[in-house]
Order: sequence, then structure tokens, then C-alpha cells
Amino acid sequence: MAATATPKLLLADIDEPGLHTREVYERRGGYDSLRAALQMSPEEVLRELEASGLRGRGGAGFAMGKKASFLPKGAMDKYLVCNADESEPGTFKDRELMQKTPHMLLEGIVIASYAAGANRGFIYVRGEYDLQADVLDAALAEARAAGYVGEDIFGSGHSLSLVIHRGAGAYICGEETALLDSLEGKRGNPRLKPPFPANQGLYQGPTLINNVETLATVPVIIRMGGEEYAELGVEGSTGTKLVSVSGHVRRPGNYEIELGIPSREIVYGLAGGPPEGREVKCWFPGGSSAPVLMPEDLDVPYDFDSLGKAGSMLGSGAIIVIDDSTPILDVALKVAKFYRHESCGKCTPCREGTNWTVKMLERIESGEATPMDLEIMASVQEHIIGNCLCVLGDAMAMPIGSMIAKFRDEFESHIEDARAKRGLGDAAASEVALGAQGAEESGHRLAAQGTGAQAPGEHAGAPGTQKGGA
Amino acid sequence: MSGPQDPPDDALEEALDTILTSALAGRPRPVARFEHGSRVPGWDEAVDLEKDPAQIPDPASVDVPAALRDEIETHMESYPDRRSAVLPALRAAQRVHGWCSPQAIEQVASVMRVTPAYLESVATFYDMLETAPAGRHDVYVCTNISCSMRGADELYEAIRGAAASDEDINVRSFECLGACDIAPMASVDGVYVGPLGTEDVPRLLDDVRAGRPVLIEKQLAGRPAADPGANTGEYSQAGD
Ligand SMILES: Cc1cc2nc3c(=O)[nH]c(=O)nc-3n(C[C@H](O)[C@H](O)[C@H](O)COP(=O)(O)O)c2cc1C
Ligand code: SF4
Ligand code: FES
Repeated sequence: MAATATPKLLLADIDEPGLHTREVYERRGGYDSLRAALQMSPEEVLRELEASGLRGRGGAGFAMGKKASFLPKGAMDKYLVCNADESEPGTFKDRELMQKTPHMLLEGIVIASYAAGANRGFIYVRGEYDLQADVLDAALAEARAAGYVGEDIFGSGHSLSLVIHRGAGAYICGEETALLDSLEGKRGNPRLKPPFPANQGLYQGPTLINNVETLATVPVIIRMGGEEYAELGVEGSTGTKLVSVSGHVRRPGNYEIELGIPSREIVYGLAGGPPEGREVKCWFPGGSSAPVLMPEDLDVPYDFDSLGKAGSMLGSGAIIVIDDSTPILDVALKVAKFYRHESCGKCTPCREGTNWTVKMLERIESGEATPMDLEIMASVQEHIIGNCLCVLGDAMAMPIGSMIAKFRDEFESHIEDARAKRGLGDAAASEVALGAQGAEESGHRLAAQGTGAQAPGEHAGAPGTQKGGA
Repeated sequence: MSGPQDPPDDALEEALDTILTSALAGRPRPVARFEHGSRVPGWDEAVDLEKDPAQIPDPASVDVPAALRDEIETHMESYPDRRSAVLPALRAAQRVHGWCSPQAIEQVASVMRVTPAYLESVATFYDMLETAPAGRHDVYVCTNISCSMRGADELYEAIRGAAASDEDINVRSFECLGACDIAPMASVDGVYVGPLGTEDVPRLLDDVRAGRPVLIEKQLAGRPAADPGANTGEYSQAGD
């Protein structure tokens, strides 16, 4: 299979015993990239990073080299923060890297701090990752003892202090500005941007924030050279990527793929597809914040731009597969409840919108909803998008909106069935007085935005219950 | 509906009560959003407006266990701003006291020189900080999407049921714990185990009670990477 021939840059012999120790890591050539980088000027290192085309692996996909170059020059304290909060549902790639090859991350951090001119570093590890934080603590102690972290590293004049900081359980602390507040010892509320962290981040100082996988790739780029790294993958999405596959697949786990291979090769080829006798119903290509895609989208190349064009996103690189045994309502309810729980509460559209969405989905479940609720729910999603301080609200609105658009028929028949079970009559009859004009329009807009809506022939709901049927 | 002139009457009240209770049965309480979702807890609790806010406690008047004080001070020293140590300090205090009790908060406040209210505002934000008494053994069962599709909701109910009479065990449903490859899973005192079935529950709880390593063969720590190309030669290949 083509996909398994991918060069393993991050996962190469990842289970070699003792790889988490400096001794084994160095025997494999570890920290050679750091030595090489410190022979170069920071500008040269930056150039390699930019030439590699490496895009951030944490969610937003911003060019790593460019972001590092945004930090102002000058002698003030500058910070590098490694985002190891990994809480996007479906994502578990950083966990495997930190646990099994912590020195690779440390090496990447030191190189990146040299390139960006940062002298203070922090790794913000989600509080639940006890084992991984312990492994990192031990690795950091070794790296300090060897002089790879600390004052005047290898006589280069570059110094870096590094602290491993453990969170305490809050998804929003993965959002970069919330992470900074949390690291400053506050509640994890996102900040208004601009100013961006590169200008005013941790303790108001210039700050570079990157994901674990992004930083762990840095030593690889220095070893290979930026241009050679950029040969891997496709234009706009260079290199290899760890993909966490979970849900209804036979072999869930992390797979390192070359960006741009067909998604089908990951879902079926590597992860084995859904269990015997089941079919893919839909899939999240980039964590639960990504709009769902349909089985026919499995031929979309797995890279940033192609998934964007298909109406979704690569996000954190977490594929969640849902098979045809699962009602879409269950999926929507899980997703909405998660974002309700994790909303920091600062913006009304997000705080209330996530709550309303859960309530409306619960009405559908308990048989109290009418098809008009679908319109209202769709319009709630629309009103969240773009109206909040951070994108957590959007992160619920986009997948829920996509589910309403693509599985409208299933939602409608669910509404009817649940009403019938409850002994409430035809939903259409109870809609009369409500004149769903406004809501209906926005519902149409949202439906029109969705891609690949279900074939009209599949409509299973009772006739006459379509929206506006009253 | 009875008119305003109708005298309140016990039977009527009782009837209303029954209607209300049955209408609400199985549904969230009207203010439930503060209870099981929102990060803005406590709004429905009475506040004593007469009381002055607590000041930074006088260090002379607060007894802090020496080990706890040392740990907090070490954390404070490792950051440019001592306040960055709030999370590690609260977690350390919680380990000592079992939860972020008023006493725990006061001790942290006196070492860190911040107000108790500040610490409470932080503690209420984070899922792993307990703001009410809780069992000392944490069993976090992931009930997020990938785990629930593989039976996490039943697993959670089974563990909760089996541990219901044990005050020492704090069973909670959690959002994605970053281990969907071993779904459904749980974190038992920080140790990840999975995939779990309801048949694993008795032994899981026995291990916790006996202080043994929990379900050793199911611990994430020993699991090889799934990618068949990840390991060459002598290194272990993913089994299933
Ligand atoms: C709600 C929310 C949660 C996020 N969670 C994470 C996370 O857990 N880990 C992560 O690396 N990035 C997360 N991000 C993205 C970060 O804000 C940021 O873009 C990223 O850390 C930048 O690193 P990168 O450029 O290397 O990807 C999250 C963003 C949002 C809006
Ligand atoms: S969008 Fe939601 S999570 Fe983000 S700042 Fe606003 S309320 Fe907080
Ligand atoms: S959904 Fe359970 S660990 Fe991710």
C-alpha cells in the first residue's frame, strides 16, 4: 500500500526501548540538528524553516517559519510556548510523541527558540497527561545536565530556560491566548486579538506559540534541509503529518502519512475502515471542530487546501469515523454538549448558543421538537459564526451546521418518530402560529452553504412535515 | 389556572407540585445550565453581601504543611511571575487536602500572597480542581464522541454504579482525554487504561481499592504505535 511507504520522520522506530532517554536518542543522531543549527545564524535557521513550508500542526495551519520571523528583534525577554494542551476530541498524536520521543520535542524547542530569539520557554501540557509530563520532566533534566537547555548552549551565546507547566483540565486552554492567560495563573479566557502573541503575548512580551508536532518536526527539517523536506507532500501542504484515527474503524491509532494522499487510504488502508458489515456514514477530517464530510468525500486528498475546498478542514489531523449504525442526532448531541461544557463563557453567542443548541437537540430526542426547531438551530449556528472572541463557538457551529445541512432528512424523521413515540401528533400542525419566516431564510442560507447535501430521494420523513409545510 | 383571588390552598399546592415534578421528571432542572455545563458556577448560590472580601491571609496565622509550602515556593521560583504557579500550587494543595477546600485555598493564598477569592476564581474554572469534597481516587471516564461510540456511556454508568457506595472513589465523566485509540477508556489516578468493557469494572475498582497498579495489561503506557510502518526490525509491531 502506498501510504505505508511514507517515510517515517516522526514515528521512525518510535517503540525502540529507551528512546525516551538521551542516550538512545543521541545514539540515533539526536541533538545533531541542534549542533548544526547553532552553527548557523538564526536567520539561516529561519530560512530553512520557511523553505520547508511547514504549516502549524495544532489546528490553524499557519506557516511555522513565518510565525517565528514575526517576533521583534531586540534584547527584551522573548518567549516560546509549546502548546501541548491537546484536547481537541479525536486528537492524540502529541501524546504519543511526548511519551515516546520527548527529546525530539526538546531539541525542536531549543532550535526554534534560537531561530526566534526566545530566551524563555514553556511547555503547557494538559493536566490529564500525567505520564507524558513525567517523561518530559525526566528528559528535560537530562537535557539540562548535558547543557542542551540552559545558559550559553554549546558556546553559541544562546540561552534558554525551559519550564514544563501542567494544566488542570480545560479545552479552551489550547486556544493560544487562553493558554497564555492560564500560564499566567488566571482563568483560561481567550484574549482579544490583535495584539497577536508575537507582539504581546506571555507577560506582555513577544511570544511564539507552536504545537508539539510542529516543534518536533523542526530537527527533521534541519537534518534534511528545508527544501528537501518541502519535496514531501503536496504544494501548500508539505511534509508528513501524524493523523489520529478513531471512532468506527478497525485499527484506531496514530499514522504518519505524506500530506496529499487520498483520505480513503487513511480511513480504509491504514485504519481498516468500519467494522464488518458497516459503512462510513460521515467523518470528521480534523477533530470534532471540523464540518463533517460524507463517504463520497473520502477521495479528497488529505491536505490543508483540499479539505478546505471540500468544505471542511484538516484541523488537528484527527479523523473520527462514524458508521451507519449511529444516529446523527447522537453525534450532534455529543459534539454540542462538549462545546457547551468547554465554552469559557465570555461571549454571549458562544455561551448561550452552545446551550441552546444542546437544548434543541434534547427536544428532538425527547420528541418535543418540530421541524421548525431545525431552522432555529441552524440560525443559531449562523449567529455564532464570526461573532465571538475566539473560534470555540464556531468550532461547534460549523460541524453542527454541516450536520443539519447534510442530514436534514434524518433529523426530520427523527423529530417525527420521537413525537409519535411521545404521542404528540403531526409536527406540522403545531407550527402554524409561529411564522418561521426569518428562521427559515437563514436555514436555507446555511443549507446552501453546506456541500454534498443528501440526495433528495433518500427523504424518509413523513410527507407534509417539510419546513414551511404548515 | 387559578385566579389571583383564589386563596392558596394546600391541596392545590400539592397538585401543582405533582404536576411540576412530573413534567420535569427526567429533564434538567430549570437552572441546570449552571450545574452541568457552564463555567459560570455558583450564580444560584446565596452570597453574603454584608461580608467583607477575605484579605490575603496573614502568614503568621496560617499553618501550612512544610512539604506543601516548599513545593509551592519551588513552583513560584520557576516562573518570572509568581502568579503563574497558581495551577501547580492548587493541584499540590488538592493532593494534600483531597479537594480545594477553604483550608487548602487559605494555605495556598498565604504562601502565594494572593487573595482566596482569586484562587477560587481560578479553581472553579478547571475540571481537575475539585471545589467540593471528593473521593481521593480519581476515575475519569471519557464519554466524548469516539469513546461513546464504542460504549463509554454504559461503561461510565457501570463504574459509577459499582463505586456508588465508596466515598473514596471519585467517578466522573470527562471530555476527550486524548486517548481515543484505546476507546472506551478511563484515567485512573492519572493512569490511562483501555479499551475497557463493563466486565473490567470489578477488577478496575479492586485494583484502585487495593492500591495496586490498575489493569496492567490495559495500560496505555505499554502500547506500541498503530502505524505498521513505524517500527522496523526488532521493535514490536502493533498487535491488533
Ligand atoms: C478552542 C481552541 C482549542 C485549541 N486547542 C489546541 C490544542 O489543544 N493544541 C494545539 O496545538 N493547538 C490548539 N489550538 C490552536 C492554537 O490556538 C494555535 O493555533 C496553535 O497552538 C498554534 O500552533 P501551530 O501553529 O504550531 O499549529 C486551539 C484553538 C482553539 C480555537
Ligand atoms: S467564543 Fe466561547 S470560548 Fe471563545 S472566548 Fe467567547 S465564550 Fe470563550
Ligand atoms: S473520545 Fe475518549 S479519549 Fe478521545
